[in-house]
Amino acid sequence: MNSILTDIDWKIACHISDVPANGGACVLINDEQIAIYNFERRGEWFATQNLCPHKQQMALSRGMIGTQNEEPKVACPFHKKTFSLKSGSCLSGEEFSIKTYPVKIEDDLVYIGV
Amino acid sequence: MKKSKIVVIGNGMVGYKFCEKAVNSAISEKLDIHVFGEEPRPAYDRVHLSAYFGEKTLEELTMAPLSWYNEHNINLHLGDPITVIDKEAKEITSLNGKKETYDYLVLATGSGAFVPPIEGVELNGIFVYRTIEDLDLMKEHAKKASRGVVIGGGLLGLEAAKALLDLGIKDAHVVEFAPRLMPRQIDGPGSKILEGKLKSLGITTHCSKNTARFSGGSSVTGLEFYDGQFLEADMVVISAGIKPRDELAKKIGLKTGTRGGIEVNEIMQTSSPDIFAIGECALYDSMIYGLVAPGYEMAEVALNSISKKITDDFVSKKIEFSGFDMSTKLKLIGVDVASFGNAFIEEPECQTIAYENKAKGIYKRINIDNHNKKLLGGILIGDAEQYNMLQQICVNEMPIPSDPENLILGARGGEEGGGGVMGLPDSALICSCEAVTKGDIVSQMTENGRTTLDEIKKSTKACTGCAGCTPLVKDLVNGVLKEQGVIVRNVICEHFDYTRQELLSMTKLRGLKTYDEVLESLGTGHGCETCQPAVSSILASLWNDNVLAKGRDVSQDSNDRFLANIQRGGTYSVVPRIPGGEITPEKLIVIGEVAKKYGLYTKITGGQRIDLFGAHVGDLPNIWEELINAGFESGHAYGKALRTVKSCVGTTWCRYGVQDAVSFAIEVENRYKGLRSPHKLKSAVSGCTRECAEAQSKDFGIIATETGWNLYLGGNGGSKPRHADLFATDLSSETIIKYIDRYLMFYIRTAEPLQRTATWIDKMEGGIEYLKSVVIDDVLGINEELENEMNSLVGKYKCEWKEVVETPELRKRFTHFVNAPEVKDPSIELVPMREQVKAKDWNEVAV
Repeated sequence: MNSILTDIDWKIACHISDVPANGGACVLINDEQIAIYNFERRGEWFATQNLCPHKQQMALSRGMIGTQNEEPKVACPFHKKTFSLKSGSCLSGEEFSIKTYPVKIEDDLVYIGV
Repeated sequence: MKKSKIVVIGNGMVGYKFCEKAVNSAISEKLDIHVFGEEPRPAYDRVHLSAYFGEKTLEELTMAPLSWYNEHNINLHLGDPITVIDKEAKEITSLNGKKETYDYLVLATGSGAFVPPIEGVELNGIFVYRTIEDLDLMKEHAKKASRGVVIGGGLLGLEAAKALLDLGIKDAHVVEFAPRLMPRQIDGPGSKILEGKLKSLGITTHCSKNTARFSGGSSVTGLEFYDGQFLEADMVVISAGIKPRDELAKKIGLKTGTRGGIEVNEIMQTSSPDIFAIGECALYDSMIYGLVAPGYEMAEVALNSISKKITDDFVSKKIEFSGFDMSTKLKLIGVDVASFGNAFIEEPECQTIAYENKAKGIYKRINIDNHNKKLLGGILIGDAEQYNMLQQICVNEMPIPSDPENLILGARGGEEGGGGVMGLPDSALICSCEAVTKGDIVSQMTENGRTTLDEIKKSTKACTGCAGCTPLVKDLVNGVLKEQGVIVRNVICEHFDYTRQELLSMTKLRGLKTYDEVLESLGTGHGCETCQPAVSSILASLWNDNVLAKGRDVSQDSNDRFLANIQRGGTYSVVPRIPGGEITPEKLIVIGEVAKKYGLYTKITGGQRIDLFGAHVGDLPNIWEELINAGFESGHAYGKALRTVKSCVGTTWCRYGVQDAVSFAIEVENRYKGLRSPHKLKSAVSGCTRECAEAQSKDFGIIATETGWNLYLGGNGGSKPRHADLFATDLSSETIIKYIDRYLMFYIRTAEPLQRTATWIDKMEGGIEYLKSVVIDDVLGINEELENEMNSLVGKYKCEWKEVVETPELRKRFTHFVNAPEVKDPSIELVPMREQVKAKDWNEVAV
């Protein structure tokens, strides 16, 4: 496993206090908009693309997070399309899916693997 | 194992459905499927083609993306029609020269537009309406056209007329050869009603008109009719019928009909045993079936025929095509049109019952057999709510009420009309697109333990085609649950096994103040987008604490989280409160200056205030700071909360006014501002019975009388308008406020999430009379409590935007990029419109 980890290009995204507990925030990394979620109730962090593929809106970081049968998910604020925070697949029956990124926390900083 | 090779010619809806059924069947592993399509894109929903100009993107119209074909190992060749079929060698050749052998050939070539040989038909500006390409061509031309004419008043013709309107053409006309519109579906009186409806939408109808020639030099300028009349036009769409695409079949000598169409038998086989034809190119029993549902059934039958040849077994029950019930229901330009069974049969062969309401644009006709036992057919225009039931009664020959008019007028005087969905036989076809019967759905529930609409949709595919059967399936699911003794309890979601009312009482009892506390003590799991806003609304209704403080921000719906309405493109709109619609010139100037400074689009709302659109999330606190400094407060336009109290000028200026409506509206608005509730609340105060403030369309409306005020409750505008009920008359200002306090608190306590007062009252047992007994007669003995609760909420009111502006911690959350707060979202695009800006159309934003 270690050999895989070294392949990830970890970028500093933000301070942990920048992302509200049980909510999301958006960061700009290499001109890419990435949504970061601090799912405190589960003790987990997630990151996905910020773009909702349904109507091409930069909005997922402003969506509500939650679970559907234990699968962590985010709901786009525009039309409530929901996506798995783990796999990125759409949980409300659409063909499209979103990109997910690995996240790690070190010294109160949030790192994203791009 | 050697696979059987199937070549499908045509990638339209039916060709696609054949592939979908094949890859989901038991023989999928035994098939090697190759598809050739003439169009440059994968199959799309042609039924809703006009949506391409409006509500839907191409992506949404696409049946399945290219990746789907890949995943299922289907070789898809687009933009490459087949030109040669060698029946003996069982080989096809495409336009691009690709050769492919086959074991079985499926012709799903569909149909093209029938273009009558009218002189001048080749002129510029004359189009057919069939493919996305046709639509793109129309789009270009429409930019410079002001009058558009559709030739053909059938189903497709009227769709095309809608497309013209969507393209911005103000003056649209439909020309029909027959004496009425939709001659195959509806009768003369029905057509008249439909013509009236269309007229109000900007579409003029000309029936009994036969076009002799198109006039014009290079571009069309008009239509000359055989009766000598002339209609100017700078754009024409021909939708005079369809022509089966049978040219390939003819070339290789397959049997075709005299008026076109590839002849098939009941198993979809053409005159050559290994070649099948399905959809609009197929001619069964001398008939072309120009609807998608029979096409889908043909696809399944053809698959079974092939399966039988390969494995000597079928993959499903539909092994023969035996014609199709061509009943249709559709929404044409917002107007319901339906016909079923034998719509045209007339006396003396039957008894006809018709109801016509010109004022409302409704026409209903049913044909009953002479023994008063069977429903033979009918037509519904303007209101087709009863279509599903009527169509079922008709095809299943179910018993009808002794007063058959109850079928279309509803039961009057006690007796129920019709047996309802549970009275249908198991064989009743509920979803005609996917051929799902009532028995299929019931057995999914009783044998496979499915209990919800979503599960039924997934397991049977019902409702996934045109979705017209959804209400029927929903009733069926609820009916079966009821029979099983399951009480349908409207619990919030998988995380809270309580109704909203239960959750509110317990939250109050335990004094819970945040979503996390509520989840921890009353729920399970980690929440979702359904329970978070519901709980947040309950918390706000109970305690009226700032919705963003103490970590409550993340469990608010987006609009409440940013205290502004999210709009297309991701910007927000700002609505300052203007109580009663009264505003000073100084304040108007401030709004104007703020709008100018931040580049905002301004518009007067329906609620007598001003909406400022296009604000970046990062600008919101600054915008509000300026507004608050000028004396404005939040208008809560983003919240499920009190919106506005409209008013007319009343006695202050109006020569008819009998009370001071503006002052009272301001008093009422200031009392209830910031009040959060299960859904939004609107109100209005009119100064006399002329009702200029439209109070009867509000959740609570107040109308002045000579001696006081009349109170109206439960009104609604929107998609299902409802007039408010008169609740009490000639009340003093003090009494009416008391009644409203009790009414609103009772609503807040007992309504379901996102239920407006209108629905709440409609669903209340005992209705408005019961509500009177609670609010006026205090039968529950809770009025003092309700008033105290309201007084406490009113006392705790603070402008939440003021708190945000003054609290750095809260203010910080209003940024797009947390790692670059000064950068605005670069994906936001505003484009000019008249002298202002608007969000770029999201159907045009590049992917």
